[in-house]
Amino acid sequence: MNRSFVARNPSVLIFLALLALFTLGVTILSEGFGVGMVSTSFVKTLGKTLCLCLVAVAMDLIWGYAGILSLGHFAFFGLGGYMIGMWLMYERTRLIVVDALAQGQLPPTPQEVVDGIGNQIFGVVGSSDFPVIWSFADSLTLQLAMVVLVPGLLALVFGWLAFRSRVTGVYLSILTQAMTLALALYLFQNDSGLRGNNGLSGLQNLPGVNASQDVVSMWFFWASALALGLGYLLAAWVVSGKFGSVIRGIRDNEARVRFLGYSVEAYKLAMFTLTACIAAIAGALYYPQAGIINPAEIAPIASIYLAVWVAIGGRGRLYGAVIGAAVVSLLSTWFTGGQAPDVPLGFYTIKWVDWWLVLLGLSFVGVTLFAPQGIGGLFDLISDRLRPNRHGADLGPDQGSLREKEAQQ
Amino acid sequence: MSTLLEVSGVSVSFDGFRAINNLSFRIADAEMRAVIGPNGAGKTTFMDIVTGKTKPDEGRVLWGEKSVSLLKMSEAKIAQAGVGRKFQKPTVFEDQSVQENLLMALKKPRGWLPVLSYRPSEEDLAKVATLADDIGLGDALLRKSGELSHGQKQWLEIGILLAQEPRLLLVDEPAAGMTPEEREKTTDILVEAAKTRAVVVVEHDMEFVRRLNCKVTVLHEGSVLAEGSLDHVTSNQDVIDVYLGR
Repeated sequence: MNRSFVARNPSVLIFLALLALFTLGVTILSEGFGVGMVSTSFVKTLGKTLCLCLVAVAMDLIWGYAGILSLGHFAFFGLGGYMIGMWLMYERTRLIVVDALAQGQLPPTPQEVVDGIGNQIFGVVGSSDFPVIWSFADSLTLQLAMVVLVPGLLALVFGWLAFRSRVTGVYLSILTQAMTLALALYLFQNDSGLRGNNGLSGLQNLPGVNASQDVVSMWFFWASALALGLGYLLAAWVVSGKFGSVIRGIRDNEARVRFLGYSVEAYKLAMFTLTACIAAIAGALYYPQAGIINPAEIAPIASIYLAVWVAIGGRGRLYGAVIGAAVVSLLSTWFTGGQAPDVPLGFYTIKWVDWWLVLLGLSFVGVTLFAPQGIGGLFDLISDRLRPNRHGADLGPDQGSLREKEAQQ
Repeated sequence: MSTLLEVSGVSVSFDGFRAINNLSFRIADAEMRAVIGPNGAGKTTFMDIVTGKTKPDEGRVLWGEKSVSLLKMSEAKIAQAGVGRKFQKPTVFEDQSVQENLLMALKKPRGWLPVLSYRPSEEDLAKVATLADDIGLGDALLRKSGELSHGQKQWLEIGILLAQEPRLLLVDEPAAGMTPEEREKTTDILVEAAKTRAVVVVEHDMEFVRRLNCKVTVLHEGSVLAEGSLDHVTSNQDVIDVYLGR
């Protein structure tokens, strides 16, 4: 029990080593820094996948460990993206506007510059004034702080209201869906201040950086890998000690934990907010690689996909979430990108672009029914730590002795 | 001996059904008490009220020397004040080892920040090991508690309660589903615990109550029907009519 953290969690070390190897491998094969065998667009796909793995780790913390099936974590992911997107868009537009105004005879006043930026950014929604929420968009530091603060605060307020009223189970899931849907609908409005359904675009261009996308994509890839590594380490540390015991206790029997004297609500709120912040950081790294963010990204379905990834990968174990997110999102890219060969059945040709979702749905049902431990459960077979299935119904007082016999087998 | 818990004039109804009707009950510092009564007498509801799970419609629940009201406190706060509760069905964290179960229950700061940075000290581990010995699980420390037998789970839950170092133990049917030897061991654990703290045992089994050798409170239809030694209450005509006679 007193051994070091790494000794107690060998999977953390293995994971970090594999992640480092993977990062190194991609770097060597990349166009920006290596032999050019991996295209820049695929580097971006891989970098985005790492971000999705990070948000899946957050989902596993809140669902797999704390037992709260939140179907709204993509709202925090998207908000993180919006926060960084505001700075990227503001700063890049500012440089363009300053350049354009420099052609004029008189040097531009600061007000002219701001008006010019406003026109450029909000022209598409028929406005040119900066809404209040853009107040800090000219400062990278403040906007980076908002990446964590805004989703964190939303999670704190939402969680406080929900947990204080002891909303649990499927009702909480529905509430989180309502939250992400409400946020998406709000952002779809042109006067929400974030350009309505146009969203924020051109995020792949770092303002003031002249390096090519081949190089910039690698920077983001490294940053995503680093964030995933640190996030994984943090998550593993959080669930390893007594805190982990308590939140798993909350998952398995909330009332018991409460009667032990732990304030269940405070723990849930802490977990909800922490995972929202992790999701937001993942989003802030994802959208500059995607290049565009719009409200459709935080539609309710996105958060449901997140739950599906974690379920397929195996919840309750951090590497399971990473595997699930990586496998499913990469497969999804492959199937929907038109690369998967069609299957001619003679009377009908299965086009994977149309049928991929059916396949995903079937595998989700299959995993739920036949392999509740998910893909991660395969590692149990390898490490030979198949736990006895003790989760059936209690045999009851009269047959209590039967359990004893069973237990000794 | 000073009064530890005083429940007076408490009533509660669910959808018009009076589960507890003007119930009064008091227990002293280091006292063992058995509560018996037929199904639906309000035994579990009584525990729910004391532990804060159910708020009564009227009445007072006072705690400790300073006579603090428990009615305004949350379940967690009441537990921190020193009320430990054992459920009827053995309720342990089956996914975690015996050691983890007991470590979680040890009397330590309960806030999430101190818990996050908590790492078990040698002293804590030794305490847990002693406790595990006391409840007969000394060599099962690292086993998942889900693998334990029904009786062992019951003991583990009692151990979890003891680790909390409560001043009042509320124990719901501790001997249910146990073999005669296991029952004997359970009696020993409870009698030992009652030397330093108040213990309230809800039990159906008369033989078990007799072995506890303590004052008995008989509940019926949400209020106290009789109170006294087991022989005294079993000879009470009312008690025979509503409970024993059936």
